[in-house]
This record gives sequence, C-alpha cells and structure tokens, in this order.
Amino acid sequence: MIAFWVVALLAIAGALVVVLHRNPVYSALGLVLTLFQVAVIFALLEAPLLALLQVIVYAGAIVVLFLFVIMLLALEPEKRLAAPFPVAVAGLVLAGLLGFALAAASTVPLAGAGQGALPAGFGSPESLAASLFGAHLLPFELTSVLLLVAVVGAVVLARRRS
Amino acid sequence: MNVPVEFPLGLAAALFAIGAFGVVFRRSVIVVLMCVELMLNAVNVTFVALARELGAMAGQTAVFFVITVAAAEVAVGLAILLVAFSRRRTLDGDQFASLRG
Repeated sequence: MIAFWVVALLAIAGALVVVLHRNPVYSALGLVLTLFQVAVIFALLEAPLLALLQVIVYAGAIVVLFLFVIMLLALEPEKRLAAPFPVAVAGLVLAGLLGFALAAASTVPLAGAGQGALPAGFGSPESLAASLFGAHLLPFELTSVLLLVAVVGAVVLARRRS
Repeated sequence: MNVPVEFPLGLAAALFAIGAFGVVFRRSVIVVLMCVELMLNAVNVTFVALARELGAMAGQTAVFFVITVAAAEVAVGLAILLVAFSRRRTLDGDQFASLRG
C-alpha cells in the first residue's frame, strides 16, 4: 500500500509540473515522471506487459518526440503562461468538478467485481495476445491502417515545400 | 500486494482532472498536447484497474489500442505543430485564430 501511495503522489507531482512549469522542457520531464509512475501502477495491477510497453512507447518514443520538437524549435520559457484569469478560474472549477465526479463514480459498487482469484496467467503476454489476436483481431488490423495513415500524414506535413 | 480498486481509480480521476485543467489553462499548444497525454494515461489506469477487478483481459487490450492511437496522435500533432510554428513563429494557441468566424 505504501508503494502505491508513493507512486501516486509522484505521478500527481509530475502532472502538476507538466501543467504549471513555464519551461516546456521541464513539462516534458514531468510527463516522463508521471508516465513512469503509471508504468509502475500497471505492474502493481497485474499488467506487466503493458508496464513495459508504457516505458518503451511513451517514455521511449512519445516523450523523446516531444523533447525533439521543443529543442528543434528552441522554445523559450513562456512569459505569459496561462489563459486570461476568468478562463483559468473556469478551467479550475471545471477540472475540480470533473475530478470530483470521477472520484465519486469510482466508489459505486461494480456488478461482477471482486470474484476473488484471477484466472491463471492473467495479464501475461500469452493472455494479452490471446485477447488481441482472438476477440479483437479486427481492431488490431485497423490499428495498423491508422499507423500507416499517421506515418504518411506526418511525412506529408513535415516535407519542405518547394 | 493487493491494492483496492478505488485507489487507482481515484488517482486516475486526479490525473484526468489535472490534464483537463492544463488543456484549458495553458497557452502553449505543445503543453496542451502533453496534457492530452496525461488524460489518456488516466484513462489507461482506469482500464487496467477495472480489468483486474473484473478479471477481464479486454481492459488491458483496450490500453494496448489507446497507446497505439496516442503514438499516432503525437506524431501527426507534432508535425502539424511544426508547420504551424514555421508559419506563425509562435506556439501560442490564441494566435491560431484564422478560422474564427
């Protein structure tokens, strides 16, 4: 339990750094902190393969891409951090209500929850693969099309115009 | 170790709220993209926590798809952002208002 609290507090601290820091490089590093903590939570919740994927894809690819773009553009720390004051207050109220609603919803008892023992091999690569290539084969194939579209789109956008 | 399901769900709620606040609060488009990533991660925590609670692997499979879509989104989003920066020399979201009616 203590491990969970440490991880959760670090994740929230990282998220606050992302939102509040002026320098986008520090925002990206705060994002890395949060993403690593989320990976640890995946590991605690019987999802070791997803924890590995989280580190490799998010920390290894997505955040590197963010940092690459920040450094490529040589972004300065922002002078005007935030939206106008009324917008900021509205955002705070909205986020507070949203967080409260989500937290309240998470206390509602679930039908069919907590049957005790999990099936053998739950969360193992084998069981994830069986689910991915069995019941969810069509979404999996559509994902490959989506990635192809993203690659082509990124290349078209990044191409230098003559 | 057995964490009760309410704890990861509460953490996910907090992360989602912080991310949503950042999307509204920040001007810089690149930080807004990072906040969207935060929100996606909060949703992933929910999926994994409930997958364990219900003993259903479908939740973890959904996280796999979310990670893939997030990677594609960031690749295209940052490419758009590079083009926008080269035209306007700024990443301030308020400056990209040419489509305003």
